[in-house]
Amino acid sequence: MPKNPEFVKFDKVDKSYDGKVLVVKDLQLDIAEGEFITMLGPSGSGKTTCLMMLAGFETPTNGEILLDGNIISNIPPHKRGIGMVFQNYALFPHMTVYENLAFPLRVRKIEKDEIDKKVDKALSMVSLNGFETRMPGQLSGGQQQRVAVARALVFDPAVVLMDEPLGALDKNLRESMQYEIKHIHESIGVTVVYVTHDQSEALTMSNRIAVFNDGKVQQLSNPAELYEKPVNSFVAEFIGENNTFNGEVSDISGDECKVKLSNAEILSNAISVKSKGEKTTVSLRPERALIEPTEKMDNMFSGKIEEVIYHGDHTRVRVNLLGNPEFILKVPNSTSNLELKVSQEIKIGWNSYDARALDPK
Amino acid sequence: MSSETKQILTTDGIPLEVSLKKAEKKNKIKAFLLVAPLLLFLFITYVFPIGEMFTRSVDDKMITNMLPKTFKAMEKWDGKELPPEDVFAGFYSDYKVLIENQTQGKLGQRLNKEKNGFNSITKKLMRQIKRNKIDESQSIKEQIMKVHKRWRDVEYWQAIKRTAPPYTMAKYLKGVDMYFAADGSIAQVDEDRRIHRILWLRTLEIALFVTIFCFLMGYPIAHLLATLPMKYSNLLMICVLLPFWTSLLVRTASWMILLQQQGVVNDFFVMIGLVADDSRPEMMYNKVGTYVAMTQILLPFMVLPLYSVMKTISPSLMRAGKSLGGTPFVAFWKVYFPLTIPGIGAGCLLVFILAIGYYITPALVGGASGTLISNQIAYHMKTTLDWSFASAMGLMLLSGVLVIYWIYNKLVGVDNIKLG
Repeated sequence: MPKNPEFVKFDKVDKSYDGKVLVVKDLQLDIAEGEFITMLGPSGSGKTTCLMMLAGFETPTNGEILLDGNIISNIPPHKRGIGMVFQNYALFPHMTVYENLAFPLRVRKIEKDEIDKKVDKALSMVSLNGFETRMPGQLSGGQQQRVAVARALVFDPAVVLMDEPLGALDKNLRESMQYEIKHIHESIGVTVVYVTHDQSEALTMSNRIAVFNDGKVQQLSNPAELYEKPVNSFVAEFIGENNTFNGEVSDISGDECKVKLSNAEILSNAISVKSKGEKTTVSLRPERALIEPTEKMDNMFSGKIEEVIYHGDHTRVRVNLLGNPEFILKVPNSTSNLELKVSQEIKIGWNSYDARALDPK
Repeated sequence: MSSETKQILTTDGIPLEVSLKKAEKKNKIKAFLLVAPLLLFLFITYVFPIGEMFTRSVDDKMITNMLPKTFKAMEKWDGKELPPEDVFAGFYSDYKVLIENQTQGKLGQRLNKEKNGFNSITKKLMRQIKRNKIDESQSIKEQIMKVHKRWRDVEYWQAIKRTAPPYTMAKYLKGVDMYFAADGSIAQVDEDRRIHRILWLRTLEIALFVTIFCFLMGYPIAHLLATLPMKYSNLLMICVLLPFWTSLLVRTASWMILLQQQGVVNDFFVMIGLVADDSRPEMMYNKVGTYVAMTQILLPFMVLPLYSVMKTISPSLMRAGKSLGGTPFVAFWKVYFPLTIPGIGAGCLLVFILAIGYYITPALVGGASGTLISNQIAYHMKTTLDWSFASAMGLMLLSGVLVIYWIYNKLVGVDNIKLG
């Protein structure tokens, strides 16, 4: 079956609550059928507003939202057929698990036998068979979460929205639920729009991630690209760890540029700088910088170790490098571990390709 | 499991349970001492007066104490024909004691309530005794029967016998317009004198309708309060609570100003041409006035419990209901409304119980229809001084409220009440 690449389409959507500030600015976003897309961003970045507009609880101030080619801005929420998992689950506390799941089917006037079958299927999908007669209050957080997911899926919606559904769970449960939701998505192929502020959650689960900041999508790409190739400083900073140098472009030729810092010059990958003299922030992932590299690298500098923190699987080393006292290195925990001591001078090297010269902070 | 493993010992060898009790004992005593003043207060102001009311309402010891020998002798009397000599003799000696104590008048009055005509014949008997006309060596029965022909009527002696038990339910029967007939059976008061039953029904009717009106008006207000942004909801809350800060009488008086025929509301209706000047509707001194004033006064008692319940209902539940395909009405009816039932129960119970005991407001704005059972209780407390009847009606009202509470518990469950 050919998948519709514009199954959900935000077309030049603006949203303002008070007529003064735009919470969402000129949003242009296409979501393909069957895709798991995550809206990631800090709180107040407009991601939840986008979700609420899609669900129908907020109306766009300007622009249109299309679902499978149809404009849905004027359709009330209950007619959109979009499933939703809420932040605090929003299970109906006075109904049993069965009644919760049967609710969307009953309002659609589906016959009892059919309801029983669908509820049973949805519950087995989240492995909660036998919990039909429990009340939500008698379930653990993780179980409530699974019921909420099952309820959002039980009426076979075309799109399921999830608004930070795992926010209230503890770390271990959250991780296992991430995989569970991912597997459910893979097995039934429903389109999922997921909102979170947790970047590792986004990276784990999504096909594509839309990073929101300040009402705008900063970058829309798959998890690997988002992490490896952030297009601006915000994304680089928000996703994963990041070392930065602020400087000025002193020379540029094609993809490569020289960035002049206060006391040195580093070779970088020119991403969003165009000409000489531009201010820039160079971003470098901690794991891309090596200690005492054996082969030749584009940038080689020495710095003083300020702090060594043991993390089990790796050791974090904070180094004062080129005037940046917050330069972080991640040293994998292997048998050939170097002796790292505070105030020791070490050589650090990285390739120009990994140092991305982005817009200045 | 064997008994050795069941009993856990502390390191000192004392059983754990004993040790725990010892450790907790001090705390328990402390906790009890903290609530003791309140318990004492409740006992003195609540349990004790209700007990007192109850004994007063059934108390009928006066005659029992006045005529001890008579009633002793009457025990053997079958009550069908005139009593034997020893009953007359007992009555004579009892009555003589009363005359010496000068309390014979009370007996006459009390017996007269039981059966008309007692007053004059007891007085006549008293005069005979005072003049020493009764010869104690002769048959006393014959001599008393000669005093007045009514003393020869068995019905009068039956009336005395009926007053023998120290307790009576007569006041309760009176409260529902019934009485003990001469033969001891329960009979209805004549139709034109049945006032209490009308009052009971009217009280129930007014309390019920006031509760319904309060609910209909309070529910949307409470919902608004719970969902509005803080700055507006605070203002609205003050508006709801405003009546609380004003004296009940002031509020009632202002309703009188508003609702009377030459009042503000009627003036306004005439001004906008809704009614003609010469046909101003009567909105006061009838049930309309009572409903309006009582609903306004009792509204906060409905709004506050509802508000406190609605405040706890997450707005995402309604959203969930809608996103799952329920129309706004279905989402409200199936999701929101059931969750507010604890508040509805608490509010309705509170308003109903308060309304059933109301009397100042209905008396002032209700006119002829404003007399409720509480007014009747107050009337007997203050005017007729028939405290035992007032107590009986008070207890009937109390038990009525308890019955309603019981029904509510059966239907909704008291655990589901949420007052705040």
